[in-house]
Amino acid sequence: MARLIRTEKEVEGRYTEQWIVVEGDDAIDQWPEGPGKVVGQPAPRQDGHQRARGQAQFTADLQLPGLLHAAVLRSRHAHARVTKLDLSGALELPGVLGAIGPEDCHVLQTEPGFHGAPIAAVAAESFSRAREALARIEIEYEELEPLLDPEEAVRRGSLHDEPRRYERGDVDAALAGADVVVEAEYRTQTVLHNSMETHQSLVRWEGDTLEVYISTQFIWGVRDSISQQLDLPPDRVRVVCNYMGGGFGSKNGPGDYTYIAIALADRTGRPVRCALTRREENLATGNRNATIQRIRAGARSDGTLVALDGEFVNAVGWAGWSGPTYGPMEMLYACENLRTLTHGAKLNLPPNAAFRAPGFVEGTFGLECLLDELAARLELDPLELRRRNHADADLVDGRPFSSKNLLECYRRADPHWARREEVRRRSEGPIRRGTGLASQIWYGGGGPPSYAGVRVGSDGYATVLTAMQDIGTGTRTAMAQIAAEELGLPLDRVRVSLGDSARGTYASVSAGSSTTPSMGPAVRAAAADAARQIVEIAAQRYHLEVRVLSLQDGRVVSADGGSWPLEEVTGLLEDAQITGKGARGPNPTGMRVLTFGIQVAEVAVDVETGEVRVERIAAIHDVGRVINPLGAQSQVEGGIIQGIGHTLSEERLVDPRRGTVLTQTLDAYKLPTIADVPEMAVELLDIPDEHLTNLGSKGLGEPPIVPTAAAIVNAIRDATGADVRSLPVTREEMLRALAEAREREKKLAAAPA
Amino acid sequence: MLELRVNGVVREIAEPPVGRTLAETLRDDLGLTGTKLACGEGHCGACTVQLDGVPVLSCITLVHTVAEREVTTIEGLRDHPLVDAFVRADALQCGFCTPGQIVSAAALVEAEPELTRERVRHAMAGNLCRCGAYPRIEEAVLTWRD
Repeated sequence: MARLIRTEKEVEGRYTEQWIVVEGDDAIDQWPEGPGKVVGQPAPRQDGHQRARGQAQFTADLQLPGLLHAAVLRSRHAHARVTKLDLSGALELPGVLGAIGPEDCHVLQTEPGFHGAPIAAVAAESFSRAREALARIEIEYEELEPLLDPEEAVRRGSLHDEPRRYERGDVDAALAGADVVVEAEYRTQTVLHNSMETHQSLVRWEGDTLEVYISTQFIWGVRDSISQQLDLPPDRVRVVCNYMGGGFGSKNGPGDYTYIAIALADRTGRPVRCALTRREENLATGNRNATIQRIRAGARSDGTLVALDGEFVNAVGWAGWSGPTYGPMEMLYACENLRTLTHGAKLNLPPNAAFRAPGFVEGTFGLECLLDELAARLELDPLELRRRNHADADLVDGRPFSSKNLLECYRRADPHWARREEVRRRSEGPIRRGTGLASQIWYGGGGPPSYAGVRVGSDGYATVLTAMQDIGTGTRTAMAQIAAEELGLPLDRVRVSLGDSARGTYASVSAGSSTTPSMGPAVRAAAADAARQIVEIAAQRYHLEVRVLSLQDGRVVSADGGSWPLEEVTGLLEDAQITGKGARGPNPTGMRVLTFGIQVAEVAVDVETGEVRVERIAAIHDVGRVINPLGAQSQVEGGIIQGIGHTLSEERLVDPRRGTVLTQTLDAYKLPTIADVPEMAVELLDIPDEHLTNLGSKGLGEPPIVPTAAAIVNAIRDATGADVRSLPVTREEMLRALAEAREREKKLAAAPA
Repeated sequence: MLELRVNGVVREIAEPPVGRTLAETLRDDLGLTGTKLACGEGHCGACTVQLDGVPVLSCITLVHTVAEREVTTIEGLRDHPLVDAFVRADALQCGFCTPGQIVSAAALVEAEPELTRERVRHAMAGNLCRCGAYPRIEEAVLTWRD
């Protein structure tokens, strides 16, 4: 029977109430802790060969008969008014079939508010012809004064929403009574996702249905947005994404390109591809916005935090949202007196977008560096300081944690932390070595609704059916492992069919570290439903009781020792199939579901040149049960490497007067390469969260990038005594911090005792 | 008409316009979409193919310059032991850069059968991977014969 449940849904700290429908019995006990036969065993990705051989068809590789190619005219100015737009020159060029402007498509703008804002677009027989046509569009601008400074935006009240205020306890009194107070301003830069596959869509009308082939993290979100925008019944929009070349948070919606493709398809009557170039990717597809963080911490001499106070400015850009830069400060430690104030500045800069733990990466950098400044002031071990301020329950809303093993993460960090004397001793000449650490807190519990089906054929092979997406994280393989475990099948007898809203059930977004914790329980429930049916059929066929039968190693096994190949039972169906259905049940009511961890970084700083090299990072994270240890480790390593890029090399640069983006290519915007990778030691606790679903798994896409920057910068302080407070740590910033530290030393030495 | 030798097979294509790149020809004219375009200006390595066994960036190589030479794409390397090595080592996540990584690595292991870690890190630094599969790529290239 279908059960209707009213439940609470949390997306990155925001709670809403909603209805979900759960069919049948979702109350399946979790598997015992530790690896099973398939779950918890390392599994190479099932689509690995297709991807490695270049046979996987990404959106970028799809062809449709009659396909046209779009190119987009984007604003050259950060703030301007279009005073003249004449598309006729573009349309005169042979092979150009359509051109559109702001009157034809709601995403095209007459008053562009950022460099790269879309103004017009054309569709042509080839992409190069479309680009040529753009040059023939006559456009004139009246340039307007761009607002680029986030502090100035706050002063002028140019904000995306009302300033966010949060307070608990009495901060001023606590600061006044503290034994020590440390205070600093931290800044983080704007960084770009730069997924290898650029943002793109192909659209075509198939009868009364709009087909959208898109590189996306959320098939169902794209379907809903388009159906609402176009006023179409949702099922008249079919969204397909079978293979996807990276998103990191920037591909959760249709973007401007999908609507441009739709408008040009309407105009020309032909299928249209709108694929952004790398340069457009660096302008108009979102970013992790810059932040300014003025933060203070007050503590007793034993290290107990008595007050935390933070003012945060998020440089959001022209559109987007003001993210939870305040989150780590409010959530990470047991501090009873706490106040945050957050502004989301509206600027003439490209809009932000979610980027792998948005807000928390930035906020953790400030908070965890400040904590090390406090530890230095108190002459206290930084790890001990964190232990002393461990939060046993959530202080924001007083909820217990569904599970929290951060102290165990700290314990396992001990041997890595214990290397620091030896690391420092390896300093030689201008190369100074040091060790730093930082804690991690983030969401990652996932939630309903999500649905899945499992189909078991007469040959005893199974297929998981659900319209989720695998954005490169390996969820296709993880879902197959979960179904195989439940069906007692070897992994090579289970496949996953995903990526098509017309051919599968509603599925979770692949963002917020939620795919595995949202989809996994639904897949397990569906597999359990199929397994139940198989056992019931076998019981009738062999005249046994259901309770003595189970599925193991591809066989139906009886407690009395008899067993039959699965296909002998399912073969009774001839060519037909057994189908199981499963739903994601609710999250535990009244509990906080979060992920935790710690990273320990070792760095070498050349104090003459300012070069920083990360030599080693140990990462220990608590993300519940691990489904695929091989893929999980890869994802943690990838998160750390992105974190290293964020810390040392990546920065979007803007002309400070005009607001135009200067770093539009991958030689100007410095991504980490294979030569930048340190030694890494990754440990996942693999302790199931007993309160969370039938799996006990949380997500792990985001946790590994959260503490990396702070751990590295704290290691720099340990190595050199220099306080780096701004990212990225370019040589210039490193040399500035070193000079400042030398000045401080000098003053200290000169001061009367 | 332009004649190309791609993966050991002679292919004829209608005379391409001046400025046509090898990558466009491979993907759009010959249907060899295993060669990926991620930046289109020679900065990322996703479009790497081999010309007479040497890795080149096909997005900034003009097709008219390769007529007399042997072009090898990922499609010509699909049975190379490196493919298995990449999958075994989990040396890919989204997989968009992977064909270019394997084409580069195949040229490397051919030229230098005895590789060191440092040599791999040097030779493969032109192939960007935003997912950060680098440690696994290093492992795959070092263990490709296992």
